Amino acid sequence: MSKQTLIPVGPYHPLQEEPELFKLYCDGEIVKDVKWETGYNHRGIEKLAEKKSYDEVFFLVERICGICSTSHPFAFANSVEEIVGVEITNRAKYIRTIIGELERIHSHLLWVGLAGHFLGYNTVFMWAWKYREPVLDLFEMITGNRNSYAMFKVGGVRRDIENQKIPAIEGVLSLVKKKTDLLVGAIMDDPVIHARTKGVGVLTRQDILDFAAVGPTARASGVDIDVRRDDPYAAYPLVNWKVITAEAGDVFAKAEVRLLEMYESISIIEQCLSGLKKEKEGDVDVKVKHIPEGYGTGRTEAPRGEVFHFVVSDGSNSPARHKIRAPSYTNIATFKKSCVGQSISDATISLAAVDPCYCCTERLAVAIDRQSGHRIMNAKEIISHSASITDKLLQHE
Amino acid sequence: MVLNELQKTFAKEILDSEARSERRVTLRIDPAALIPISVHLFRELGFRFIIASALHTKKGFEIYYHYSYDSTGLVLNLHVILDQKKPEIESLSNMFEATNWIEREMHELFGINFLNHPNLEQLLSEGNWATGEYPYRKTFKSNEDVQA
Repeated sequence: MSKQTLIPVGPYHPLQEEPELFKLYCDGEIVKDVKWETGYNHRGIEKLAEKKSYDEVFFLVERICGICSTSHPFAFANSVEEIVGVEITNRAKYIRTIIGELERIHSHLLWVGLAGHFLGYNTVFMWAWKYREPVLDLFEMITGNRNSYAMFKVGGVRRDIENQKIPAIEGVLSLVKKKTDLLVGAIMDDPVIHARTKGVGVLTRQDILDFAAVGPTARASGVDIDVRRDDPYAAYPLVNWKVITAEAGDVFAKAEVRLLEMYESISIIEQCLSGLKKEKEGDVDVKVKHIPEGYGTGRTEAPRGEVFHFVVSDGSNSPARHKIRAPSYTNIATFKKSCVGQSISDATISLAAVDPCYCCTERLAVAIDRQSGHRIMNAKEIISHSASITDKLLQHE
Repeated sequence: MVLNELQKTFAKEILDSEARSERRVTLRIDPAALIPISVHLFRELGFRFIIASALHTKKGFEIYYHYSYDSTGLVLNLHVILDQKKPEIESLSNMFEATNWIEREMHELFGINFLNHPNLEQLLSEGNWATGEYPYRKTFKSNEDVQA
């Protein structure tokens, strides 16, 4: 067997700007094996949740992911409401769905931009991120925040979307629709993008089933799953939309699924807005006084795939156990299939194709000494620790 | 229905069942039967593994293996209760790639031993956490607890 070269990508990803370490074992230009190390940003959120009240957990889980910050509160609300057995009002359902779908639009635009950046196609990067801005501005108008919206609570939402704001939302949607047309035109027909993404990082249907991958990653390989349709929640059963799938399983198919999903999201929001007009303003909250003993499972379809929360209640004011599974947890494991056999230059886009979210997946930013209570590491020490891990790695392999 | 078939096939191994709704069912099973039931779910019936949740309670260590049946939206929880002093169960990772990471995570955070796991190393804190300290056990004292 020829000697394999180890190429470390990380512990701080040069492009995705998040902490993780990929070890690519290469023979010449070809990747023969890939290993992944995580834990650089483990924050112990599941443990923290056991010390917070149900109301506070919403703000905690909202900080798991900075991009899809509403998907975790959404799944947490679904699981707690399952324990309580409460049905929320239609207006609250519509508002939850609008927030969830607006988030999908801005998350997919972010991915499209990053994918362009990975390929060295910075026009796509600039365009996508430019047109993501109006969506974030819209969030600021509706919720008061560009991200981490603090909209969800057990039994409904914290703020109403007043009917007078609906025309402004519709205005932004029609702009985003036009700009999505432009992006789709620029990406779907571009020969350079075709050359870089078609047949690259292919995941077969069987790979998806073996790794239990979810979301656009699964749908791009012909696995027709979407929690919004399969296990309906919020206002998804009240509106018409379709699940987008593709068959090829390569990076291009994943891009195609995400781009076309944006149109579905726009259509869902438009229907929800007309639904809002029929419901009484302000009717967004059902009072829940007590969370009984029991357990509940809550699922939502986040932009990256199914988010799963499992909450066990002992009848007190805090969850006894709170398990969180972010979609990247299963999607990242597919790298073992999508990167092996590819050239190093294709590995970067294959790694990016599942839209990995490392902070989601890990849920210690600062280590504290148990005896003295002092911080064990300052920023410089963390950087030198990270460098020492890389050095050690290179010496060993 | 898919569940009736499962309950017939594994009548002895399923100790208890609870259906909270049509789409949420929990089956408490004999830990020794985990592999045959999981293989049946995955290979014969087309279930998808979502994740497994470990709990540390008075009864011992409990694991809920969550499976999804996407054509009906069913979430099936396979519930096993393991010994308080020596929590161990057969690993599923030789059968399915999907359970590899979560078993490593449960081993790291709860100290549950997964027998015959292909690579039972720490997942989240490789080389950066004391061995034999399990932070998600109820008996674990955090820095805050010690100070209080």
